[in-house]
Amino acid sequence: MNTVTTSTALGTYLVRLADDNLVLGQRLGEYISHAPELEEDLAIANTGLDHIGMARHLFTLAGEVEGDGRSEDDFAMFRSEREFTNVLLVEQPNVDFGYLTTRQFFFDAYQVPLWQRLSASTHDQLSGIAAKGLKEATYHLRRSSSWMIRLGDGTAESHRRVQESIDGLWRFTAELCATDDVEAELADAGVAPRSSDLRAEWERTVDAVLEEATLTRSGDPFQTSGGRGGMHTEHLGHLVAQLQWMQRSHPGLSW
Amino acid sequence: MVTATLDVAEAARRLLDQVTDPEIPVLTIADIGILRGVGVDPDGRVVVTITPTYSGCPAMDVIAEDIVTVLASEGFDASVEMTFTPAWTTEWMTDEAKRKLAGFGIAPPGSVIGIVDEVLCPNCSEATSRIISEYSSTACKRMLVCTSCGEPFDQFKAI
Repeated sequence: MNTVTTSTALGTYLVRLADDNLVLGQRLGEYISHAPELEEDLAIANTGLDHIGMARHLFTLAGEVEGDGRSEDDFAMFRSEREFTNVLLVEQPNVDFGYLTTRQFFFDAYQVPLWQRLSASTHDQLSGIAAKGLKEATYHLRRSSSWMIRLGDGTAESHRRVQESIDGLWRFTAELCATDDVEAELADAGVAPRSSDLRAEWERTVDAVLEEATLTRSGDPFQTSGGRGGMHTEHLGHLVAQLQWMQRSHPGLSW
Repeated sequence: MVTATLDVAEAARRLLDQVTDPEIPVLTIADIGILRGVGVDPDGRVVVTITPTYSGCPAMDVIAEDIVTVLASEGFDASVEMTFTPAWTTEWMTDEAKRKLAGFGIAPPGSVIGIVDEVLCPNCSEATSRIISEYSSTACKRMLVCTSCGEPFDQFKAI
C-alpha cells in the first residue's frame, strides 16, 4: 500500500462525502417555511442540520488528512462551483415537497448502506464519524420512506406529483453507486467500500418502498453524471452563491 | 503525584455538574451522556472529552464554552476535546436523568433495541399517544400528542 497516494485519495473521498452533505443540507435549509405543515418545517430543518453536521466533521477530517491547514470553512466557503464534488442528485432544486422527499429518499437509501460499510473502515476517525452518521441516516430513511408511502398511496394529486418527481430525479440515481479509481484504491486498503457494492441494497430499499407506495421506477433509462468530477447541473452555481456570498464579501467574518 | 492528578480530575468532574444542556437545562452533560471523560495532561491542564448527541447539534459549541468557563471560575486551566467513538446513544442516559426529563415535560427515550415502549404523556401519564412528527424543536426530540388529554409533547428520541 502506498501511504502517500492513499492519503491523497482519502482526502478526495472525504471531500466528496462532505460536499454531498453540505449541498443537501443547504437545499433543505432553503425550504424552511415552505413545508405543508409546521412540523415538517422542523423535520426538514433538523435533517438539514444533521447533514451539515456531518459535512463539518468530514471537512475537518479532510483538512487533517490533507495536511495543508485547510479548515471546514475553507472547504465550504472558499471553493468555486467546479471544485464541489457532490453527486448531482443533492443539488437538484426544491421543486415541491414531493420532489424534496423523493430526493431525500433516494439519497437516504444510498447513505444507510454507505455508513454501514464505512463503520467498519480501517480508518478509525472515519469509522467513528460513519457510526454516528448511520444512526442519523437510518432515522432519515424511516421518515422519507413513510412520506413516499403517504404521498404515493395518498390522493390522485399527491400520487401524480411524487411519480413525476421520481421520473425527474431517476436520471441522477446511477451516479450514487458509480465507482472510480479513488474508491478502488481506498477499497483495496479497507478504508472505504466501492459504491457499486451499495447498488443492490439501494435497489432493494427503493423497490420495496415504491411498491408499498403504489409508485414505479421511471421507465426512462437515461442517466447522467459528472458531479464527482466537478461537472454540475446549472442549479449548483446558484446554491453556492447563496451559501458563500457573505464570506466572500467579508472573508473571515464570524459571529 | 498520581493522587494529586486524580484529585484534580475528580474536583474538575464535580464542578462539571454545573454544566447543563442549554436546550434541556434540567440535565447535566453527565446525565445526558455528553461528558465522556475528565483527565489531566502532563502539564497539569484539565482535558474534558465530550461527544455530540447529533452531529449537527448547535449546543455543542455553547457546552464547550460553558465547560471552560465553569472550570476557569475555580482556577482550572481546561481544554475540551471532541470524540465520536463510541457514538452517543440514549442508552447512556441514567434513570435519574429520565425522571428529570419527565418532570420537565419531555417524555424520556424508550429502548433503542426494537421494542416498542409505552410512551407516557408527561401531562396526564396516560399511555395513549400518536406521533405528530419524527422531529421537534431540537434534533434530539420528536413530537407526539396525547389522545387522552389532547396535550402535544416532546419525546427524547431513542438512538
